[in-house]
Amino acid sequence: MLGVGFGLALLWVGELEGFAAGGIFFLHVPIALTAYAMLGWGAWKALRLLWTGEERYDLESYTAIHIGVIFALLTLVTGSIWARAEWLVWWDWRDRQLVAFLILFLFYSAYFMLRYSLEPGSGRMRISAVYALFGAVLIPMSFLAVRLADQFLHRTPLIRRGTPDIEGSVLAVFGVCLAGMLALAAAMYAVELAGKRLDLRLREAHA
Amino acid sequence: MIRARGLSKRYGPKRVIQGLDLDVPAGGFVVVTGPNGSGKTTLLRLVAGLVAPSAGELDVAAHRARIGFLAHEPLVYRELSALQNLDLYGRLYRIPERRERIGMLLERFGLWESRREPVASLSRGLQQRLALCRTLLHDPELLLLDEPFNALDAEGAELLDGELAGLRGRTFLVATHDPGRLAQLATGALALA
Amino acid sequence: MTYLRDAAALARKDLLLELRGRETVPAMVLFVVAVFVAFRFALPQEQEAAAQGLLWVAIVLTALLGLIRAFVPEREQGVLDALVLAPCDRSAIWLGKALAVLAFLLVAEAAAVPLFGLFFTEVTAATVGAILLANVGLCAVGTLLAAMAVAGRAREVLLPLLFLPLSIPVVIGGVGATVSADPARYLGFLALYDAIFAILAWATFEYVVTE
Repeated sequence: MLGVGFGLALLWVGELEGFAAGGIFFLHVPIALTAYAMLGWGAWKALRLLWTGEERYDLESYTAIHIGVIFALLTLVTGSIWARAEWLVWWDWRDRQLVAFLILFLFYSAYFMLRYSLEPGSGRMRISAVYALFGAVLIPMSFLAVRLADQFLHRTPLIRRGTPDIEGSVLAVFGVCLAGMLALAAAMYAVELAGKRLDLRLREAHA
Repeated sequence: MIRARGLSKRYGPKRVIQGLDLDVPAGGFVVVTGPNGSGKTTLLRLVAGLVAPSAGELDVAAHRARIGFLAHEPLVYRELSALQNLDLYGRLYRIPERRERIGMLLERFGLWESRREPVASLSRGLQQRLALCRTLLHDPELLLLDEPFNALDAEGAELLDGELAGLRGRTFLVATHDPGRLAQLATGALALA
Repeated sequence: MTYLRDAAALARKDLLLELRGRETVPAMVLFVVAVFVAFRFALPQEQEAAAQGLLWVAIVLTALLGLIRAFVPEREQGVLDALVLAPCDRSAIWLGKALAVLAFLLVAEAAAVPLFGLFFTEVTAATVGAILLANVGLCAVGTLLAAMAVAGRAREVLLPLLFLPLSIPVVIGGVGATVSADPARYLGFLALYDAIFAILAWATFEYVVTE
């Protein structure tokens, strides 16, 4: 808990400085990276489930992906806000990162639909885990695809997101924001996982 | 042949089998009884290897190539014929002299005449006989039968009685609502709550 | 090579089922033709590039149609249990089914692609190459997802949700190969997609059909 508190404090400080330094960049990019981290973590737990068969990995994978999707949604929202601020449009298909995130968001939303359609049990755990692995592979694949799509989709040259001049101190601030965001995600993960575990134990006791 | 210690299976919060101990020696014939929902089918599926246990130990000394599984459903393709179905399973189980074996089983169970008709057009009793053919096709050493006398008419039941007697020496785990019928063959019984 | 023989026996079974039932392939062919006609009206003026793109949408949706039916006989009659119990490798079930779906898709495309050339615009060699490559990826991934969907409720609704996000890279590769001046890089991408996802599907199918 101390670690969480420290992480959150870090986040708060980082964000304040970040905003001063370069605006939403310091919010959006850490959120995006955290989303990747959580989705990757979920895929790792899924792999562990398939490898060892230990049931606890199912909840861990599910929780990680849940948090990852929340952060993915936040990525899309903050990215959209940024696009509005910089280019006066809410959405631009030339923004590779956001488009790739959109594909991933669709994919992982379907993860929940898949889970809800299956009866609880070892079958659901395995199928969810396999799907999570596909997601991990889709992450680089969708990036590559969107990059390729750029070339025939738009005649106008690519737009790069305006990033602040990367100096040492700015990089440090960014690092702090990233660490803080990861800490936030980790905290959310721990809380949600504990809650789900408790819920499961209560249900088993009742049944 | 089969050994279980503290075997448990649950689906989410629902516990279907709890702390089951079981010993079936090679050549044993164990009859499993119990009301609906007591886990008879789940136990057979666990032994067959279709589902993994949630907890406990389960050792089955037979590879799945040597296991014959008779389920509630006949597990055949309804749009294909008896012959086509058995041919597929024959290939998958790598049966030597497939055609002869299939022909022999079809005749023995009175299905030779209707072997080319789609299974959907056969009566439920004949479909169950086909299911028995499927189960016995690869000459299994461990037989897991889920209510085998279901849907069989008197003639079919007689055929099955004959088969079971003829297969003495193999290992059987049979779930049934009618244990009296198998009392002669049974070497053990298991009642699930 | 009993593995391939098992897959062949299973694929043969699906082809036999289709020959007896004649449900899936005619539906796919009719569907794709209907989609083309709808597209013709959806594009108000002659827009060649847009039409090329729509070809790929048509292919993905037609593949989806074939996939929705893919594991229905197995699941409806519980036959999947018997297949899983058989001594063959579980991934052979995937391979056999994927090959059958691929065959159905090729038949539908054999009708659709010339029609597309007739209704809209000429079909280049690069496009045909892309279609062949895309088929592999779509069927490999789609077959595994179909097995997942069929294990749950609301399977007809679920499969499109699972399939479409994963098909987007294929659409990108396909459209790129069709309209770009340098199709080779898109064909290469499609080959990469095929290889990676086919291997992943092959390796993980066992876990989808066992509990």
